[in-house]
Amino acid sequence: MKRSNKPIFWSLFGAGGMLSALVGPVLVFVTGIAVPLGLLLPRETMSYERMLAFVQGGFGKLGALAVISLFLFHGLHRMYHVLHDVGIHVGAGLKALFHGFAIAGTLACIYLLAVVGR
Amino acid sequence: MKADPVKAGAGVKTYVRPMGFWWLRNPFYRWYMLRELSCAFITAYALILLRGLMSLTEGREAFDAWRGSLGSPWAVGFHVIALLMVTYHAWTWFKVMPKTLPFVSIAGRRLSDRTIIALGLAAACAASILVFLAVFLNAPQAPP
Repeated sequence: MKRSNKPIFWSLFGAGGMLSALVGPVLVFVTGIAVPLGLLLPRETMSYERMLAFVQGGFGKLGALAVISLFLFHGLHRMYHVLHDVGIHVGAGLKALFHGFAIAGTLACIYLLAVVGR
Repeated sequence: MKADPVKAGAGVKTYVRPMGFWWLRNPFYRWYMLRELSCAFITAYALILLRGLMSLTEGREAFDAWRGSLGSPWAVGFHVIALLMVTYHAWTWFKVMPKTLPFVSIAGRRLSDRTIIALGLAAACAASILVFLAVFLNAPQAPP
């Protein structure tokens, strides 16, 4: 019997779900509301120099990769199931497309983190 | 081996029951669908961050353009809705944790569902406060 890849993608879905449940709201608030509006945090919190320094450090790289990659795996896996729920039955092909999109995003993120600031 | 009835009847139209808007039928389904829709916001948020990272590699001008775009009413509106959706996702995530987690026992006693949910929510609150404080305490001084 062919082994299912479900455990891998479900784990990544679960990890993304857990990470977004723990820090998703605060991240959306900080990067999307507080800093752009200068609310509680000055706009310069996300200045070019500071963000560059952040993603050049090991912690920043790891954090950015975890958030971007796991959020993608979580969101796209669930999106596939939403399609099923609304009656769009798609086969293995489209499922691979959703997971492939998350993999592509992860690879792009790794590449960008490797070259940023070079 | 028995013939696959579906393949044997290839070309035969079979009745597929229409699904309609089943999720509007009762509040439980509506809340379920709302939770499932949070995935669109989480995905979009990840893509916004990825675009920001990309602009960071392109240089100051590109990054400042990305940063400026976050200040548009559309972007702020998106993030406000995303905040609500992700918060709802977080709440449901911990609410089902007693079912998604293997049994946890401490000193021979199984952790109750209520305790697991409370611990999850407490962890999320603590993590959120930590992240916010880390950003807040390291924030640059606002110009006078």
